[in-house]
Amino acid sequence: MKKKKFFALVTAMAMVLGLAACGSSDTPAADEGGTSDESSTVTAFKIGTLGPLTGGTAIYGQAVANGAKIAVDEINAAGGDIQFEIQSEDDTNDPEASVNAYNTLMDDGMQMLVGPTTTGPAQAVSAVAYTDRTFMLTPSASSTDVIDGKDNVFQVCFTDPNQGTAAADYMAENMAGAKVAVIYQNDSAYSQGIRDTFVAEAGVQGLEVVWEGTFTKDTATDFSVQLTAAQAAGADTLFLPFYYQEASLVLNQADAMGYAPTFFGVDGMDGILTMEGFDTSLAEGVMLLTPFSADAEDERTQTFVQTYQDQFGEIPNQFAADAYDAVYILKAALEASGCTADMSAAEICEKLVEVMPTLSVDGLTGSGMTWDASGAVSKAPMAVVIENGVYVLP
Amino acid sequence: MKKLTMKCSTRMDLLTYGAVILAYVVLLVLRDGGHLSRSLTGQLVPICCYVSMAVSLNLTVGILGELSLGHAGFMSVGAFSGVIAAMSLQSAIPAAPLRLAVAMLVGAGTAAVAGVLIGTPVLRLRGDYLAIVTLAFGEIIKELVNCLLVGWDSHGLHLALNLTGNKTIADLGLEADGIAIIKGAQGSAGVTTIATFTAGFLLVMITLFVVLNLRSSRAGRAIMALRDNAIAAESVGLDLTRYKMMAFVTSAALAGAAGALYGLNFSSLQATKFDFNTSILILVFVVLGGLGNMLGSIVAAAALTILPEALRSFADYRMLVYAIVLILVMLLTNDPTLRAYRDRILAALSGKRPGKEAL
Repeated sequence: MKKKKFFALVTAMAMVLGLAACGSSDTPAADEGGTSDESSTVTAFKIGTLGPLTGGTAIYGQAVANGAKIAVDEINAAGGDIQFEIQSEDDTNDPEASVNAYNTLMDDGMQMLVGPTTTGPAQAVSAVAYTDRTFMLTPSASSTDVIDGKDNVFQVCFTDPNQGTAAADYMAENMAGAKVAVIYQNDSAYSQGIRDTFVAEAGVQGLEVVWEGTFTKDTATDFSVQLTAAQAAGADTLFLPFYYQEASLVLNQADAMGYAPTFFGVDGMDGILTMEGFDTSLAEGVMLLTPFSADAEDERTQTFVQTYQDQFGEIPNQFAADAYDAVYILKAALEASGCTADMSAAEICEKLVEVMPTLSVDGLTGSGMTWDASGAVSKAPMAVVIENGVYVLP
Repeated sequence: MKKLTMKCSTRMDLLTYGAVILAYVVLLVLRDGGHLSRSLTGQLVPICCYVSMAVSLNLTVGILGELSLGHAGFMSVGAFSGVIAAMSLQSAIPAAPLRLAVAMLVGAGTAAVAGVLIGTPVLRLRGDYLAIVTLAFGEIIKELVNCLLVGWDSHGLHLALNLTGNKTIADLGLEADGIAIIKGAQGSAGVTTIATFTAGFLLVMITLFVVLNLRSSRAGRAIMALRDNAIAAESVGLDLTRYKMMAFVTSAALAGAAGALYGLNFSSLQATKFDFNTSILILVFVVLGGLGNMLGSIVAAAALTILPEALRSFADYRMLVYAIVLILVMLLTNDPTLRAYRDRILAALSGKRPGKEAL
């Protein structure tokens, strides 16, 4: 009797599992069907996106997948010569998983890669893409190690050194006499990279850095020690070059202890307003560097934000905009090079590498974006301040 | 009676070697014939590393009988020292296979030294206490590598410990031709990937050879005697510390070699990869394969490395399905009721009618 019950339980579990599997794989399959129907007259280019769709940094990977999908849908609906088919894979923000996911995409016939989303995985994948000769355009992996020495790897976002330098320049120019404290995550390539160039540039600009504190992935839950020390050092500006989950805790704990300096973030801070369970009133007055503001007045941004909200029910962040731009950059590059969808990934790669330095693309994250042969983008970072729950120009 | 059991274990060992060689040959033929997907081809080296990790941890957990939760720490030591060796010997040893071999030896050596350092105080503890201390060791290694700055130029190797958190790679004072090998928390990037599947296969074979021979040697029997009853073993004159250290350090060295191979398979490597989760993952391979069962460890490590990739069609539910499959497999291999079902299904499949009606 007992045995029977147990067996039934296991069988039920297996069935539920099967159903869950059907449910999840139905949606993308239907989408893919739709895309290929539309493009049956013109063969579509196959692009892939890579990023963490699950785990602690999932919001970035999902934003990239969603942003790229919107661009692809728009391009396909407009019905030009260039049509796209898109596939998104999960890399859980792990280099090993990212290389595996990249290989899966290549198995499925991907011709160009929009990704990976985060820096660590992008470093590993860019080396493989370089050997394979697959064209890679990362929307948001900002370290220079991603593009160093690889002619076929390009970035849509600005590099870490660029962000650190820009933040220091901005502070020196607009917040003269500020006493800056820096808190950064020293086991994150992203955070450490920005901090290094920020401190270097602060020295050049004569900006006073009064205190520096670190935390790691494992100690990212309590910032009271760092905040108390920063307050004791007399800091009136707190530079926070890390992601928004940790930043939300810093804001919370600073508020609880009644410490109210000017908070200054970089692009990782973007996303804090859409974070679940976060009291957005705490983010009032926070400044951040971002190339994209969902409240920009221009028509393209408005349409993009509207479409994104309709489809995914939230306001797009900078990562979504970067990915959206990435797809349009690919389109511009394909047009300029005259590639056709029946060419192999390696052939397309060689042609795109040639035309990339000649392009100038207007996107959501910057107008007149250009690239040099190294792969770094040239566009202006923009500082915004959060007021009444939206980004505004200071 | 004794002769029979000896024979049986030898046959099992030969079966293990045979299975590994067969798998290697089949995969090599498939790969060179272009029948293997890129996804699987890319996983061959990591699989070899994990297999080697699982077999070496099985030496500590299965044969020595001590629970170690810091095995990824040794992998980390091996990986980073291997990367340093390979990067700095780039001009001295142009032949990639030789450089890989040297890097793996350096990885094994450094991990062995770490094994001695950690083993000396830790092996005085038993059971849960030892597990906790090895866990702490893994975390210490991770933090140390996060502080480590290493570069190489014509003057040799430059090392610095960034304990205050405000040094960068520029503080090493490298010359213009110098290369930054480990940049603290950012880990190493731009590593020339020289790992090959054949090297992975050789590593697995060497690991197996060392572990299986150690187990059937005089020392191995002493180690197992200590595991089964330390007091009785000591009373007949076995040196507790010596044999424990022997097993522990061997296990660490093999993990170090596996780490070096892993590190040289990816262009970028961060210390956070070798965290507590990785140690647990390897322990899962060992437990799933069976304590002391080397073939089981190999199969479990390979299967559980491929599984998350094979489940990609489940999209966002991938890791959920992975967890459920893991639970089911653990039950299937260890729950007596389910084992009976499995045996009955296997019997039915092989054409034999089950002895009695199910249920």
